[in-house]
Amino acid sequence: MHLDLLVEKFQQQDVKAFESLYNMYSKSMHGVIYNIVRDYDLAEEVMQDVFIKAWHNASNYSIEKGRFFTWILNIARNAAIDKTRSKSFKNTSKNLNAEFFVDILQDQDNLDNKTDALGIKKYVSKLASKCIEVIELLYFKGYTQKEASETLDMPIGTIKTRNRNCINELRLMLKI
Amino acid sequence: MDIEDYIDSGILELYVAGALSEKENQEVYALMQKHPEILDEVLKIEAAIKTLTEAASPDKTQAFDTVKVRLGLEDTDHKVITLKPKTRYKWYSFTGWAACILFAIGFFWLANENNQLKNQISTTQSTNEFLEFQIEKANKSLTESKKLIAVLRDRNIISVPLAGQAVYPDAYAKVYWDKSNNNIYLDVQGLPTPPEGKVYQVWSLKLNPLTPTSLGTLDNFKTDENKIFTIENANDSEAFGITLEPAGGSESPTLDQLYTLGTVTATS
Repeated sequence: MHLDLLVEKFQQQDVKAFESLYNMYSKSMHGVIYNIVRDYDLAEEVMQDVFIKAWHNASNYSIEKGRFFTWILNIARNAAIDKTRSKSFKNTSKNLNAEFFVDILQDQDNLDNKTDALGIKKYVSKLASKCIEVIELLYFKGYTQKEASETLDMPIGTIKTRNRNCINELRLMLKI
Repeated sequence: MDIEDYIDSGILELYVAGALSEKENQEVYALMQKHPEILDEVLKIEAAIKTLTEAASPDKTQAFDTVKVRLGLEDTDHKVITLKPKTRYKWYSFTGWAACILFAIGFFWLANENNQLKNQISTTQSTNEFLEFQIEKANKSLTESKKLIAVLRDRNIISVPLAGQAVYPDAYAKVYWDKSNNNIYLDVQGLPTPPEGKVYQVWSLKLNPLTPTSLGTLDNFKTDENKIFTIENANDSEAFGITLEPAGGSESPTLDQLYTLGTVTATS
C-alpha cells in the first residue's frame, strides 16, 4: 500500500495500517532510542511508548509539515531524551556522551535495503569522523542546524553541505 | 530555480532529519509535489537513514501485539463475540469428532465380530456335516459288521481259507460261502494292494478237470474299507483262487500270477 494512504488510514485509527507502520519503523525507532538510552529493555519500552503516543496523537500529524518518518523520529528522540532526564534513569548513571551510534551498529542481514552482505558496520565505520559526528547530532539526537553548528563550532552552511556529502557517502555504501 | 542545485544544497537531508523550520518544511513539501526528482531524492535519503537507524537496534524488537495490548486495541466486546463462537465451535467440533471416531471404532468392532460369528457358524456347519457323515459311516459300518457277524455265525456257511502261493507267499484270503443264497463273502484283507493297472480276479474252480470260472474282478479293492466283497456264486465250486490280472480282467486265469488258492473241504 502506498505510504501516504497508509498514514491517512492510520490517522483514521485503522489498526491494520498502524501495524504496518509499526512494522516499518519500530526497529529504526528502537535503534535511535537505544543509541540515546543504551539499555535494550528500556529502549524497547520507550519505543512502544512512542508508538502509543503516535496513535493517540495521530491527528496532529500533517503531511505538509514533514515526512511521517521524520515525525515519529522526532517523537522517539524526544521520548528517549526525556527518559535520560528522569530521576530513575539518572540513578543508574550512564556516560552517554562517550560513544557515537557507530559503536552500537549491528551487522544484520535482514535489513530491507540493498545492504551488502559484508555488513553495514564495516561500511559506516569508514565514514570520516566529521561525518559520524554530524549524522549523530542531526539524525540520532535531533539537533537543529543551528544547534549542530554551535556544538561542532562550524558555520550553518558548512553543516548543511557536509551533511549532504556524508549522506551521499552513506547512500553510496548502502547502494541507495 | 535549478532543481539540481536545490537538491545539492543539502536541504532535503535536513528535511528528513527534521532540522528545518516549519516554514521551510512546507516549502520542501510544495516543491516535492511539483518535482518528482525532489520527492525521489527525499525517499532515498529517508531509506538510507531508516537503514542506518535500524542497524543501531541491537536485536529484533517486540511484535506489534504488545503495543496493541497496551492500547487496548483488542476490543473486549469484539473479543466476547469472537471468542464465544470459537470455543463453542471447538467444543462441538471436538465432540463431533470424538463421536465420529467412537462410532467408527464401534462399527469396525461390530463388523469384525459379525465376521467372526459368520466364520464360527460356517465352521460349526462343516463340523456338523463332518459329524453327520461320521455317524452315517459308523452306522453303515455297524450294519456291515452285524451282517458280517451274522454271516460268520451262520452254520450253513462254509469257510474256505485261501493260502498264499509262490508269487506272494504271505498273502491269504478267506471265502465264506452261503450256499442257501449262492453268495460268497470274500475277505481279502491279507492281499497286498494291487499295482497300478492291475486288478484281482476271483475264480471258482472245478478240479477234475481243472475248470476255472470267473467270479469277477475286485475293482474297488483300494477303496473298500473292510476288504470284504460279496460276490454271487451259483457254481458247484470245489476250490477258489485269486489271480492278479490286467485291469478289466481276463478270460482265463494267469496262473503264474496266482496269489491265493484254497479248496472246499468235503466235510464242510
